[in-house]
Order: sequence, then C-alpha cells, then structure tokens
Amino acid sequence: MADKTDVKISVKNLKKNFGSLEVLKDISLEVTEGEVVVLIGPSGSGKSTLLRCLNQLEKVTSGQILVDGVDVTDKHTNINKVRENIGMVFQHFNLFNHLNVLKNMTLAPVHLKTLPKEEAKDKAMQLLSRVGLADKAEAFPSQLSGGQKQRVAIARALEMNPDIMLFDEPTSALDPEMVGEVLAVMKELAKDGMTMVVVTHEIGFAREVADRVIFMEGGYIVEEGTPDEIFNHAKEPRTIDFLSKVL
Amino acid sequence: MVMIIQTYGTMLLKAMGHTLLLCLLSLVFASVIGMIFGLMNVGRNRVLNFIGTVYVDAVRGVPLIVLAYFIYFGVPTAIQQGLGITSFRLSPLQAGTIALSMNCGAYMAEIVRAGIQSVDRGQMEAGRSLGLSYGAGMALIVIPQAIRTMIPSIINQFIITLKDTSILSVIGFPELTNVGKTVMGNTFKPLQAWAVVGIMYLIVITILSKVSKQIERRINRGR
Repeated sequence: MADKTDVKISVKNLKKNFGSLEVLKDISLEVTEGEVVVLIGPSGSGKSTLLRCLNQLEKVTSGQILVDGVDVTDKHTNINKVRENIGMVFQHFNLFNHLNVLKNMTLAPVHLKTLPKEEAKDKAMQLLSRVGLADKAEAFPSQLSGGQKQRVAIARALEMNPDIMLFDEPTSALDPEMVGEVLAVMKELAKDGMTMVVVTHEIGFAREVADRVIFMEGGYIVEEGTPDEIFNHAKEPRTIDFLSKVL
Repeated sequence: MVMIIQTYGTMLLKAMGHTLLLCLLSLVFASVIGMIFGLMNVGRNRVLNFIGTVYVDAVRGVPLIVLAYFIYFGVPTAIQQGLGITSFRLSPLQAGTIALSMNCGAYMAEIVRAGIQSVDRGQMEAGRSLGLSYGAGMALIVIPQAIRTMIPSIINQFIITLKDTSILSVIGFPELTNVGKTVMGNTFKPLQAWAVVGIMYLIVITILSKVSKQIERRINRGR
C-alpha cells in the first residue's frame, strides 16, 4: 500500500440499507492517488450504490468515507464543496436537456464561480477538442448520439477540474459501436494520472486499464487484486463462477 | 339581442374587464402559491410535505363557492370579533381574488409537483454531482425543464380559473355573470341575455386557447 498521504478515498465499514434491504454490508476500501479501480460484479451486488455513496448521492447507513481526508458522511461537511472535486459520469449521461453542450459544461463552474465565464468557455472548448467534439459546442443533447453524449458528460465533469472521477456503468446504455469511443476517452484520462473508480461490465477495459479490480457480490467485497490476479488466477469460487459467465 | 348589445354593451364589456382583472390577479397570486406549495411537496422535508399536502387537499376539498362565502363573510367577522377591529371589511374584489387564488393555487401546486416529478431524477443528480446545491439544481436545471411539460396544464388551469370567476358573482363582485343577472332582470329576456354573456365568455376563452396553443407550439419547437 502507498503511504497515507497518497490516499484519496478511504471507506471504513460502510453499510447502506434501502429500507429493510441491506445493499452494502461491510465495505472497507482505499483508493490511492492516480489509481484506477474497477468494480465488477453481478447486478444487485451493490457496486453502483458504493460508487454513489462516495459522493453522497446516497446517504450511508453507517460507516465512514474520507475523501482527501474529509469525512463526507459528517453532517457538518460542506458536501457541495467536496463534490466539486469529484466528477461523476452516469450510465444515462444525464446531460441537461434544455441547454446546449457548451452551457451544459459551463453551468456549474460559472454558477459556483470556480471560473470566470470566458475562461469557463475556453476551457470547455479545450475539453471538447480533447474528447473530439469541438464542432458540437452549440448542439443540444437531443442532437447527439449516445457515445457523443457520454463524451460530453465526461468533459462536463472534467470542466470542474476534479481530482477524482467516478464512472457508473458509463458504456452500458450505449450501442456497441459507440462503446469504444467512450472507453478511449477514459483510457486517455487514466493515462494522465486521474484517480478513477469505475463500475463497468467491460472486462477488456478492466484488464487493460485497471490498477486494481474489485469483485463484489451481495453487498460485500469478495475478492480484489490486479487484473491478472482476478481474471487469470481468481481464488474465490464466486469470483470464478461470475467470470465464467462474463468472460 | 341587438337591443341588449346596444343598451347594455358597455356595461357588459366593463363587466368582462372586471372578470379579466379578477382572473389575472388570481393567476398571478396562484402561480406564486402553486410554486411554493408545489416545491414543498417535492422536497424531502416531511414537515413541508405535510403542510403542502394539507393545503392542496383542504382547498381542493372545498367548493369554490363555499370558500368565497367563507372569506367574504366569515373571515371579516372573525377579525372584527376576534381582534376587535370593527371596521375590517373585504371588498368583493379582495375576497374574490383571495378565494380564487387559493383555489387555483392548489391546482397549480399539483401541476408544479407533477411537472417537477416528470423531470428525470438524473438531472438533479448530475447537477448535485458537479457541486450545485439543491436550490441551484432546482432553479437552473429542473424547473426550466419542468415548465415545458407544465405549460399545457397551466393554460388549461388558466381557462378553468377564468370560468370560475363567474362563481364569484355570489359575493356581489360586478363581473360578467353578475352583470348578466342584472341585464336579465332589467330586460326580462333571459334567453338573449345569457346568450350574449355566454358568447362573450366563449370569445375570450377561444382567443386565449388559440394564443396558448401558439405559445405551446413555439416552446415545443425549441425543444
């Protein structure tokens, strides 16, 4: 493990219930700076919930989550300020449908005054070129393909200049031919040293990009390790069983 | 009928003016009331939810005519006796505006609630994930999208409210229906008198719905 100062996210004994349903039972996890962690597991295993707990889109039932040393589960923490530092990309893109691409990207930084309007625009244009969509700045979300929407969503999250990026099944709602373009942007991001936590079913992506793969089932972390350890030498029968179905 | 229009035309037009004034005032207040209670009902705060629900259910559960009587006759009496302000009175316009605003506001609250709930939850989540507060997410992301789906219902509610002004003839406000009664009494020609009044409502409401259709179309085009 890297030394303490490098820890970006630290989860301790996290539990999350939806009513009487226990979704996360006892999760402890650390993510270090620049690390790419991929969460895999069957649906209902709690991986998306875990991700959503990290930026408090879901309130935790018990346990502690530290992001950059700040306890996000503490009521006195200004969660909005913490979230500025954690970008999130959703399965269904969640672009603001009433705004064009540029306004989608500049809305938050301009409103929160993290960037002056003109700078926010310039930065948005740079990010759009980076994801290959500079020509779509004026387009509305309804005029974009799924892959384009997701690339805009990634760019929108990057516009806030986050240290950490969370990806919640970013390619699951895409047509197969568009998966590649989104994964390419994500690989690029990983190469640039972004700390990433990714929930995905893209085993190929996990193999290639992940520093660590975590297999979850039934609200627990069953097994974790390097892609090689998990995909080629899994020890737990449940991991082996799951992988036999998806590989 | 021509006689009625010639003799009572100006009077009826003035009454129509009163009807529109009452309607317009009520709509302005109802929009504010509707926004407030609608937002109360979509939030997570239990107390606010409760207040919002009670308001909507109470007002929708009472006929407008009873509400109008209550506010015009009941409330001033209560204030006169309870607070000792013996000179306190509400004019028919004031009482009518309050009653109609409350009534229309309750329906508007439901329209606002439904409109906001029609916006995908992911929109707010995306806003929050970028660091926006709940209020900013509502104001900048959810409400602008909700308004589009709300517009047809709002227009419909406006038309209903315009017609409901006629109920306030019972508290003596000189709006169109009330003046229609006077005309009938003076002429002893109920058929003609009410035909004229009916056609006047019809014309105004038809114009209103046509205009609103235009607005609706324009908004949908920008989508």
